[in-house]
Amino acid sequence: MSTLLSQSAAVIKMNIQSLPRRLWMSLAMVFASAVVVAILLAFLAMSKGFEATMESAGSDNVAFFIRTGSAAELNSSAGRDQVNLIENSPGIKRDEQGPMVSPELYVIVDGIKKSTQQEANLPLRGLDQRGVNMRKGFTLVAGRMFNPGTDELIVGAGVVSQFDGFELGQEIRFGKNTWKVVGVFSTGGNVFESELWADAKVIQNLYNRGSSYQSVRAVMESPDSLGAINEYLKSEPRLTHEAQAESSYFAEQGKSLSYMAIFGWVISSIMALGALAGALNTMYTSVSDRAMEIATLRAIGFSSFSAFIGTMAEAMTLAVVGSLVGSLAAFIFFDGLSTSTLGGSFTQVVFSFSLTPELFTKGISMALVIGFISGFFPAWRAARVPVIVAFQSGR
Amino acid sequence: MTTENLFELKNVAKLFTKGKETISIFEGLNMHIKKGDFMAIMGPSGSGKTTLLNLLGGVDQPSSGEISFDGQRIDNLSESQLAKWRANNIGFIFQFYNLMPMLNAAKNVELPLLLTNLSSSERKKQVATALELVGLSDRAKHMPSEMSGGQQQRVAIARAVVSDPTFLLCDEPTGDLDRQTADEILEMLQLLNSKFGKTIVMVTHDPSAAKYATHTVHLNKGKFVKAEELLV
Repeated sequence: MSTLLSQSAAVIKMNIQSLPRRLWMSLAMVFASAVVVAILLAFLAMSKGFEATMESAGSDNVAFFIRTGSAAELNSSAGRDQVNLIENSPGIKRDEQGPMVSPELYVIVDGIKKSTQQEANLPLRGLDQRGVNMRKGFTLVAGRMFNPGTDELIVGAGVVSQFDGFELGQEIRFGKNTWKVVGVFSTGGNVFESELWADAKVIQNLYNRGSSYQSVRAVMESPDSLGAINEYLKSEPRLTHEAQAESSYFAEQGKSLSYMAIFGWVISSIMALGALAGALNTMYTSVSDRAMEIATLRAIGFSSFSAFIGTMAEAMTLAVVGSLVGSLAAFIFFDGLSTSTLGGSFTQVVFSFSLTPELFTKGISMALVIGFISGFFPAWRAARVPVIVAFQSGR
Repeated sequence: MTTENLFELKNVAKLFTKGKETISIFEGLNMHIKKGDFMAIMGPSGSGKTTLLNLLGGVDQPSSGEISFDGQRIDNLSESQLAKWRANNIGFIFQFYNLMPMLNAAKNVELPLLLTNLSSSERKKQVATALELVGLSDRAKHMPSEMSGGQQQRVAIARAVVSDPTFLLCDEPTGDLDRQTADEILEMLQLLNSKFGKTIVMVTHDPSAAKYATHTVHLNKGKFVKAEELLV
């Protein structure tokens, strides 16, 4: 066994040392693996970044109320009377101002994307200070909070980075209404940074919503209070709403871009087939190039297994080098790249591509599959190179 | 079979199939090689020299008949058993040296020792001895591309003898060398035979190379013939 290991180690070392003889073919395989991995990682990073943007927005301790059957808050509604009933629900935390409930409006306005100079939907959320306080990680990064009852708004940092005209102090016109940007806020990169916030009552007035809202948020006494809240909602005939943890709502919304991950796997798998064809060619050339050396070692007494392992190791090494190059390229070009896309409420969600160790592992695994398949068949051939070839060199 | 015989071939046949045609290289070939022999095998192209060399080296199997080495049949060994047998008993010397171009002289010589259980320091010691034997101690770290043909062949000889095999199989060992270098290599083989008791079989086209052997056999169309018959 130990001689088998020392044989294999020696053959692997020799194969790797002989790579400069096949430099361009080997680089082609490295490049093909790198492209496949980079493309895969780009799609996965997009999906992961979107998911993280959505999921990080939700709190386990906030109950989110929308009308039963509404997939998102855009097509939900809640009258003032219904909000009052929700405030009476058990399990909702109270402070000196009463139940910690935030009824909110969600209307769509237009913004111009910096990248395409095209119009895109942006959410304008109406809420009050209580609603602002419910958002995890909220900080004003510039300016100040809007004054209730005025046409002032504060803008998410994501909107400022991806859309024109939302800088601090700018005046923006939506339809007949003009708003003034008085503050820029951050919520740690989550979905709320893709929103514009203004006083709920001003929006009700300007958008003719009377006293109605669309969704309600409420701080729960504990995450376990959700059961009691839903029992209450079922028992109250005037309420047509259902409650879920805010974290669950956003987790579900975050999955809306999971098709990008599937698309990424499909695209990269198709590309991997192309890369595989090239890699097989590279490895067959390698075996052919080393045939005399393989046969000589076999004549000396080296096992066919060592020839097999040596070729496999070469293929795996090239694939791994390719995956590292591809991962590095994906990291340099995509990690943290900010973009926006349509979210669950037909509005733009600004998010950043996110490359995690888990995704790198997936990329490298993909390259290893290419390396394994492209190495296996040539390695099989290497193991069967006739020893007689050693006597035929130069003839 | 007497124990003096290292090799004994009995009624060996070797057939090749090419399409529907079967070509016979040998039929009913008998021969023996005594321990301590230095045998040269000569013959024209297509006479079966290389096929015989492959059979003796355990690189190829006969279609029928028996091949025994030191009293043990080798014609019925499996591929992996033959590989072990080659590692334990045979040193190969090729016409074009067949050195690994990416390894220096010492690493090339060490290759057969990787098939043994010797420690690294023991291997180094044996490699140094083998290189000293062929007069290349000062070239241990040189790559094959930095050496002349004669030096490369000497490295190949060191590689062939480093694990102290009984039998050396040489395939046109001087075919790629000038006369003077060829003579040096042949003298070295002669020394390995006379001083170290190695049994050597050398395939060659070159009559002056064959003169270094203790005796020469001639092959023609798969049969041993007298030298004069080759001229007919």
